[in-house]
Amino acid sequence: MGMLSAFANPHRFLALSNWLAPLFYGVGAAMIAWGLWQGLWVVPKDDYQGGDIMRVMFIHVPAAWLAMASYSGMAAASFIWFIWRHELADIAAKAIAPLGAVWTALCLATGSIWGKPTWGTWWQWDDARMMSVLFLFFLFLGYMALRAAMDSRQKAARAGAILAMVGALNVPLIKFSVDMFTSLHQDASVITVDGPKMAAVYLWPLMMNGLGHMLLFGGLVMTLMRAEIWTRRAARQRARLLAGA
Amino acid sequence: MLSATNLGILRGERVLFEGVSLSVAPGEAVILRGANGAGKTTLLRILAGLTRPEAGNVTREATHHWIGHREGLKPHETPRTHLKLWGQAWGAEADIDAVLREMGLSRPADVAGRYLSAGQKRRTALARLMLDNRAIWLLDEPFTALDTEGRDQLLAMVARHRQSGGAVIAAVHGDAGFAASREMGL
Amino acid sequence: MSPKPILSAFRQALSEAWAGGAGALLPLGFFAGAAVLVPLGIGTEPGMLRAVGPGILWVSLALSSLVTLERIFQSDVEDGTLDLWLQAGAPVSAIAAAKTFAHWLTAGLPLALMSPVLALMFQAEAGLSLLTGALIYGLGGLAFFFWGGVGAALSATVRRGGLLIALIALPLYVPTAIFGSMAMRGAAFGDTAPLLLAASTLFALAAAPFAMAAALRLAAD
Repeated sequence: MGMLSAFANPHRFLALSNWLAPLFYGVGAAMIAWGLWQGLWVVPKDDYQGGDIMRVMFIHVPAAWLAMASYSGMAAASFIWFIWRHELADIAAKAIAPLGAVWTALCLATGSIWGKPTWGTWWQWDDARMMSVLFLFFLFLGYMALRAAMDSRQKAARAGAILAMVGALNVPLIKFSVDMFTSLHQDASVITVDGPKMAAVYLWPLMMNGLGHMLLFGGLVMTLMRAEIWTRRAARQRARLLAGA
Repeated sequence: MLSATNLGILRGERVLFEGVSLSVAPGEAVILRGANGAGKTTLLRILAGLTRPEAGNVTREATHHWIGHREGLKPHETPRTHLKLWGQAWGAEADIDAVLREMGLSRPADVAGRYLSAGQKRRTALARLMLDNRAIWLLDEPFTALDTEGRDQLLAMVARHRQSGGAVIAAVHGDAGFAASREMGL
Repeated sequence: MSPKPILSAFRQALSEAWAGGAGALLPLGFFAGAAVLVPLGIGTEPGMLRAVGPGILWVSLALSSLVTLERIFQSDVEDGTLDLWLQAGAPVSAIAAAKTFAHWLTAGLPLALMSPVLALMFQAEAGLSLLTGALIYGLGGLAFFFWGGVGAALSATVRRGGLLIALIALPLYVPTAIFGSMAMRGAAFGDTAPLLLAASTLFALAAAPFAMAAALRLAAD
């Protein structure tokens, strides 16, 4: 609770993120560096998973986690803003959107790169996860486009919150329908990164990469939020000066 | 009848106005004054419940009529179908023909909105005031586009409304033509 | 609360659609036009057309709904009608639902009724399945119009909001498009696909009006 209320107050948020964001960057970068070194050079390749190409998993899987988590985070922030009108929640939702879109795109790109040698195609329509992530990407794009089209930050916040909540309500249904769709053609070779096939040697590098991406993402969200807070303050100052003149 | 306390609103980061309070009692008329862009329309929209203020609150103890600067008339609607539609929507049983006659709309009563003049459209909007008896009238620049005859007609309506215990809040440029209980500058 | 404002909103939306030039003819023309472009693009081999026909009709239906939705709330914002509906004393969600339903009746249902003709042109067998197909297109179209309506309400104040509506509505169309085309393929899924389609349409009918209401209040603010 203490953490949450610290985040609800812009001054305390600015003070906290001032040292927390660099810390996240530092630790996150170190974890990703170690994880990638382990993943790309140290651990043995898995021929069952397509040989060396499976190493893309150390970027792809963290990106997939963040794609899902960032949309949930954006929807949660929107919900908080819609109910309690905490400006900081709106700032958070706005900051998450472009980053979520980038990580979602990263997930799609690495998935596609992994898919080419494994499935023999850059895009596998029968892979439920690829399809779900693609629609997630569209949800992020729509959210950003809608906010950009509104003529004031208050309207952008309201419109964005409505859309993010509608999207969140639909995500389970989209996921379910896509699963149904892809189960129509089960001949595709599906890669399972989780489950019993995952060997222990891969687990640690993957975990480190995952945590590293989360910290990096968290740091970037904080930095974007700080930029937005200062932008709004500057706009307020300008408005005050104009009113005084 | 209607009171608002400490209203404040932002447009972007600009404070459009703040600390605005006002109230009307039966029979009163309040005129809102201010230069273009001062926030008269926004204040009226807040009083009508259309715009949400950043600060303050509004209490309405009676139902109200809204005449905005957009008439609310569809291009395909005629004055007659428009009044009929809103009469039905509100469950009002006014005699549409009489209302049309009184507003000087008998002749264009069956002409579609897209062919009406600005003044005729404005009269059609004002005719809604007579469909249903509501105690509070919120009028945004009600004289716009009206000719002398239309203006006199509206003044008579306002006078009658106030006599029967109604209240009016109007944003007006120039001479209002009726004695205001209060004028409020923004 | 009285249902009168809701009925009036429904009536006004119907009369507006019919008065807007060609009424249902315009969406019908668009729907048919989009569908018949496809064989010109992909060739006329009957087996292939039979295979892709139902899918083409789904895509054309989705596109037609997007094209016609742009004005349904935008015109209300521009002529001031939205202000009146927001103060009409009925839940805004009910008004929005009534308007969207009326819009579907004039611009969505006719497309479903015309689908057997297009299906025949795409080499479908003549038979009862054409009618069940029309029912499925009608049901799916209803979900398209309600989720598209959310996009339309959110972009009601946006100039040239059509593209924005499409971007917003596209991911929301996914379940309907999937269940709908599964239902059209029928045999593989038996009864489940039509039931899932009906359920997702009901979900749209239940959830979308509240989002539209919040968006319309924002559009008037």
